[in-house]
Amino acid sequence: MSASSPPGERRLPPVTQLGMLSLALVLVAGIYLSAHLPEHVSLGPAVALLGASALVLAGNVLALARVPGFAWGRFFEIARWALLAYLLIAAMIEYVFLRNHTSGGALVVLTLSLLVFAVNVPVLIGFTVARYD
Amino acid sequence: MAHAAVSSPGAAIGGAPPAALERPDFQIVPRAGLPIVAVVLALLIAGIAVNELWPLEFLHVVAGAAWTIIDLFLGFVLGPIMGKLSVPARIEFTTRLMPKMVLIMPTVVTVTLAAGWQLSTHLGTNLTVNPLHGWVVASFIVVGVMAVIALGLLEPANIAVLTELKKPQPNPAVIERLMKRFIYSAGATGALQVATLVIMTKLAIG
Repeated sequence: MSASSPPGERRLPPVTQLGMLSLALVLVAGIYLSAHLPEHVSLGPAVALLGASALVLAGNVLALARVPGFAWGRFFEIARWALLAYLLIAAMIEYVFLRNHTSGGALVVLTLSLLVFAVNVPVLIGFTVARYD
Repeated sequence: MAHAAVSSPGAAIGGAPPAALERPDFQIVPRAGLPIVAVVLALLIAGIAVNELWPLEFLHVVAGAAWTIIDLFLGFVLGPIMGKLSVPARIEFTTRLMPKMVLIMPTVVTVTLAAGWQLSTHLGTNLTVNPLHGWVVASFIVVGVMAVIALGLLEPANIAVLTELKKPQPNPAVIERLMKRFIYSAGATGALQVATLVIMTKLAIG
């Protein structure tokens, strides 16, 4: 599977498109949970969306890992700082849920959703930078 | 201020040497702004911990207004202007504006969302029995769509343009392409911010 590229440019997997799909899935999971909290919420749909998002993210990283000669040095140079920033952002959102006594399965799903979110964005930023290196 | 050279697009066609364009020295993440971000985040933590109406309303309204206005201004005013600037002017403008955006946008978005959720909990508008709950969920959906566009397209393009401009020999075609992506996605989020204005004014009047 390759994204459309201008003539002369090397073909790469559709990392941006898949990253946006993964982000969308995890955000829908977060919106579903947030729309019901603090009341009881069935976790099934959120777990399914989170699982799908994590699978797309893993597939995205695997597809990228198979690209020969990809600028991994540049990717990690950018992605590690982006990861730090987005982990901080995720921690702030987690703090709000903890402050409001979110607990149990809902907290686990929200925490994992925030983790997938915090990993997805650095992959997108790192890829966009490194593809032109 | 130090300057470096960028070759203009198409300058090397026909074997002619590429024309060098001046580009100011800059930091991708302006370190001078980091203490300001730290103070804002400390205020956010304090505001949520205190859980009083005024600090939460203040943080949510100020950061939310900044987010909305920046998106609208960038998408519909600055974006079209940048598209019409000459390449040297666009490079100079980009190296001065976009590093600031790297700090400002994630900060205002985080403050808006975290303070907004706490405010919603404080006011009870996040309860399904609340008559305004549907509007709150609508705001989640609009923010979700904006987040996918901003985090998937806009933010990576912003960082990639700045990284490209930091290279000894930046590629003008890459900069052009990424800037287009940045401006179009800023326009899309700007359009969605109109929906945010409708929802938030409805929530404000109850």
